[in-house]
Amino acid sequence: MLGEGLLKGLGETARNFAGSFVSKERLTTVQYPEEREPLPEASRAFPFLVYDGADWEAGLRCVACQICEKECPPKCIYIEKSKDKKPDYVGKPQIYPAKFDIDISVCMSCQICVEVCPFEAIKMDNQFELATDDRFGGLLYDRKELARSNEYYHKIHPTEAAEVDARLAEEKAKAEEKAKAVAAAAAAKAAPAMAAKPAEGAQPQ
Amino acid sequence: MTNMLDQVFVLLKHRIVGLVPMPVQPILGAVLSVVAILAVFPGLFAISVLLERKGLGRMQNRIGPNRVGPLGVLQPVADGIKALIKEDLVPYSADHVVHFLAPVVLVVVVFMGYAVLPMGRNMTFVPMDAGLLFYFAMGASAELSIFMAGWSSRNKYSLLGAMRAVAQMISYEVPLLLSSVVIVMMTGSLSLDKIVEVQNQYTWGLPHWFVFTPMGFAAFVMFAIAATAETNRSPFDLPEGESELVAGYFTEYSGFKFAEFFLGEYVAMLSISGLGATLFLGGWSAPLEILNVVPSWFWFFAKIMVWICFYIWMRGTFPRLRQDQLMNFAWKFVLPMTLLNLLVAGLWRFMGEGWLRWVVCSAILLAAYVLGGRIGMRSKKFGPRSYRYAE
Ligand code: SF4
Ligand code: SF4
Repeated sequence: MLGEGLLKGLGETARNFAGSFVSKERLTTVQYPEEREPLPEASRAFPFLVYDGADWEAGLRCVACQICEKECPPKCIYIEKSKDKKPDYVGKPQIYPAKFDIDISVCMSCQICVEVCPFEAIKMDNQFELATDDRFGGLLYDRKELARSNEYYHKIHPTEAAEVDARLAEEKAKAEEKAKAVAAAAAAKAAPAMAAKPAEGAQPQ
Repeated sequence: MTNMLDQVFVLLKHRIVGLVPMPVQPILGAVLSVVAILAVFPGLFAISVLLERKGLGRMQNRIGPNRVGPLGVLQPVADGIKALIKEDLVPYSADHVVHFLAPVVLVVVVFMGYAVLPMGRNMTFVPMDAGLLFYFAMGASAELSIFMAGWSSRNKYSLLGAMRAVAQMISYEVPLLLSSVVIVMMTGSLSLDKIVEVQNQYTWGLPHWFVFTPMGFAAFVMFAIAATAETNRSPFDLPEGESELVAGYFTEYSGFKFAEFFLGEYVAMLSISGLGATLFLGGWSAPLEILNVVPSWFWFFAKIMVWICFYIWMRGTFPRLRQDQLMNFAWKFVLPMTLLNLLVAGLWRFMGEGWLRWVVCSAILLAAYVLGGRIGMRSKKFGPRSYRYAE
């Protein structure tokens, strides 16, 4: 009969209305600022720069290759290369970013910069409470503000960070082996004068 | 004592009016009544908005607003302040004068309707003989303001919303009027006071409300449907269908003007609930004879609030209709039913006292309802839609 479905629908909402007062399980709302649900591991907001060790400036993995800058779809990364070099995690001297800015008001959290970085230097943060009352400067993060320790990375994305660490360790081992081989070859040649250069580069940090 | 309480507002008004010299008294009396209406109904508006937000939340297993004040009861205040301090934007190509006038016209005509509603014993602002007619004249003017808003905004969403609103409101005005005519036939008067007076009688402690007669009940149901459509409430909220028209006719309004539309909508809801309560639910008369100790104005406002809660319940339940369903429903089902209802009301009158007329009238209406519903559902006029290519 006409109207039967309407009455059924009204009954359904009435049941929900009454039920929400009786059973607490029905109310799934989390009262956000006071209560928080743990973020899922894969959640991401904006990129940050990873550094190893205690000193953020020395430990930055980024080598200012500018791949991310070129790939970023909204072009919100700005990098200036350094003039000098500093050793990277395998000990090879590399240039580093003298300036590394991300305008997170433009960033669209696409993670492309992370995908393209060959040095595991840039990763996605899950910190999302970034509201500020300065809409120009406040949302333009420089490299100091972007730097986060590897431990922090482990804390927010444990699985991913473990994989990254394993990969880096493997690469480092390979590099060391190669360096050793080079050193051995150099030693075998026993040329006294030119032993210095490759050996120097292979020196572990 | 009960009488004192019942008449407390009337006596208060007389006392205040008595303080000024004779020639000013009628003016002061009018001003007092206007001020009372302008204070009470926006207050009820705030309460119903809060009820709506809380109630809808509960129906969707949410908590609803709970930040401002204890349990969120101050939310309407916060909303009001927010609306007041927002920037008032007028589109560059809009017709500024009409754009400005539209919300004003809406609020004015909506409040005018209250002039004839009896809100309690001796509590009608203007006890007019043709009160019902006046009310409908005012209600129909709301369409004008909506069309003004849509037309002057120079925005296609506004215009579409306004066109939908006008089509819908004019279509549903017909059943709204025709279902009230039944009451006029039964009382023989257009005066709302008289209508309440007739219903304020009791047999065995039960009231003579028109909703308890077969055609009164049918008219009540159709009035409720038409009233929902008249006030653009869900499930008939096509004119402001958010999903397709942003906000319908008031898309281009912001700040206080937006608040005025919002107020106008809710105050219209309250007023049409008041009219419905007056026509079918006995206005300010108590639901049981022994409950007459409770003041009459309490019953009037209680009935309005119950009606509003029902509106909220419907909004939480029904999905929005499609335009053709809406129109088919108005013209092909509700309108014939109201016309039949008029005939039944006549029949009721000429069959005289006795149980026979109860049976006959109920049977006719029930048969028409079942039959009409079945035909309508089968012909897909307002039943579920069949998809030819989708699915
Ligand atoms: S996440 Fe996407 S938009 Fe943001 S900096 Fe990286 S590449 Fe650019
Ligand atoms: S973050 Fe990665 S891709 Fe971007 S400049 Fe640094 S090393 Fe290159």
